[in-house]
Amino acid sequence: MSLVEAQFAGTVGTFRLDVAIGLGPTGITALSGPSGSGKTTLLRCIAGLTRLSGRLVVGGEVWQDASTFRPTHRRPVGVVFQEASLLAHLSVRDNLSYGARRTSAMAQVSLDDTIDLLGLAPLLLRSTGALSGGERQRVALGRALMSQPELLLMDEPLSSLDAQAKAEILPYLERLHRTLAMPVLYISHDAGEIARLADRVLLMDAGKIAPAEMSKRDDLAGLSTDQRDALARAALRAGLKPQLQAR
Amino acid sequence: MAEVVWTTLKLAGLTTILLLILATPIAWWLSRRRAWWKEIVAAVTTLPIILPPSVLGFYLLICIAPSSPLMGLLHPFGIRTLAFTFTGLVIGSMVYSLPFAVQPLRNAFEAMGARPMEVAATLRATPLDAFFTVALPLARRGFLTAAILVFAHTIGEFGVVLMIGGGIPGKTEVISVRIYQLVESLQYGEAHRLAAGVVAFSFAALLAMLLVDRQADEARR
Repeated sequence: MSLVEAQFAGTVGTFRLDVAIGLGPTGITALSGPSGSGKTTLLRCIAGLTRLSGRLVVGGEVWQDASTFRPTHRRPVGVVFQEASLLAHLSVRDNLSYGARRTSAMAQVSLDDTIDLLGLAPLLLRSTGALSGGERQRVALGRALMSQPELLLMDEPLSSLDAQAKAEILPYLERLHRTLAMPVLYISHDAGEIARLADRVLLMDAGKIAPAEMSKRDDLAGLSTDQRDALARAALRAGLKPQLQAR
Repeated sequence: MAEVVWTTLKLAGLTTILLLILATPIAWWLSRRRAWWKEIVAAVTTLPIILPPSVLGFYLLICIAPSSPLMGLLHPFGIRTLAFTFTGLVIGSMVYSLPFAVQPLRNAFEAMGARPMEVAATLRATPLDAFFTVALPLARRGFLTAAILVFAHTIGEFGVVLMIGGGIPGKTEVISVRIYQLVESLQYGEAHRLAAGVVAFSFAALLAMLLVDRQADEARR
């Protein structure tokens, strides 16, 4: 059973999106695919930042259908954008509490836990301009968690970081993965990240989710060894048993 | 002389405060989702920059004269005319300086892009809440620029205040008009004192605001 059922169809400019996905109650679902395949558009639709016709049900509540459209501020989603997008006029602490102060949900994630989990204690009183790229992304992640989301959406959160900053933040994301009880949709086209974090991989291409039999050998043909290994590891971790097929 | 200085500062101060309040929603609306027809509104709000002050003053005078339909609406409230009154002067100054408030604010709102408001929305802030807690603080610099420009521009205005204010001492006579009258009657001494005062004050105000801005900038770093 899925906690999140999303189905969207429509055009943005000349681009056509037509997808239906389901997310379980926990676990990280990686959304991968070439740039321009519609990954970010799908994420924005779920967050309510882009409006396409469709249907979105989260935990039994309808966020969007033919007659309903919940605006973003009434959707308990946490969003981490590609660039940290911290609010420049607020300190780290105020960025963290911005969402927390505006949610009426019972605090599942406390400020102390978030600070612990993401190692934010030394950053709290700093201004956002004084942070490194990796630190900024950790604050953005903490800020999203503090708003008590039912669903976490991350749009290539590491892609703007250099290798060192990536290496520094990945352990935090892995810890997050073990502690969080909410579904995470994680956009990335980095096979290494996907291998380390994802429980499940969805591939998107030209506005559509690639069919489930994507692991057929023909479809793996274009991938590098690294990417194949990553997909294999993700598949194993998700509980899929390797099947040997006679061809 | 103290009287004319006070009238001028009061006019510039009031105009600045009221105009920033009026221009903020206009600038915000212009900065969101560009549509070509919004440029018509943008052009209208920018018109006072290129219109000769006498043209602007002439039309304003017609609008606030007792016979105008606009004033007709105010007759029931006991207001017959705003021509040659301080209130009329404030309204005229607001129209005259409108572009100097709208343009910097619009630029500031556009420069911040859509992202901060999106972030605020994902953090459960309603659009109005996000406007006050995110957009306004981020546009701080735009407000500072707008305030400096409007204040200075109002102190510097001459044609419009002369036409709709009439230069009544103690009521609508401002420094620029007084200086003109002093020069006409060859009282160069007093004209000098006022003119030099305006230069010194304008410079000091500008410098102070730039320093405050710079300090705030460094504090953020």
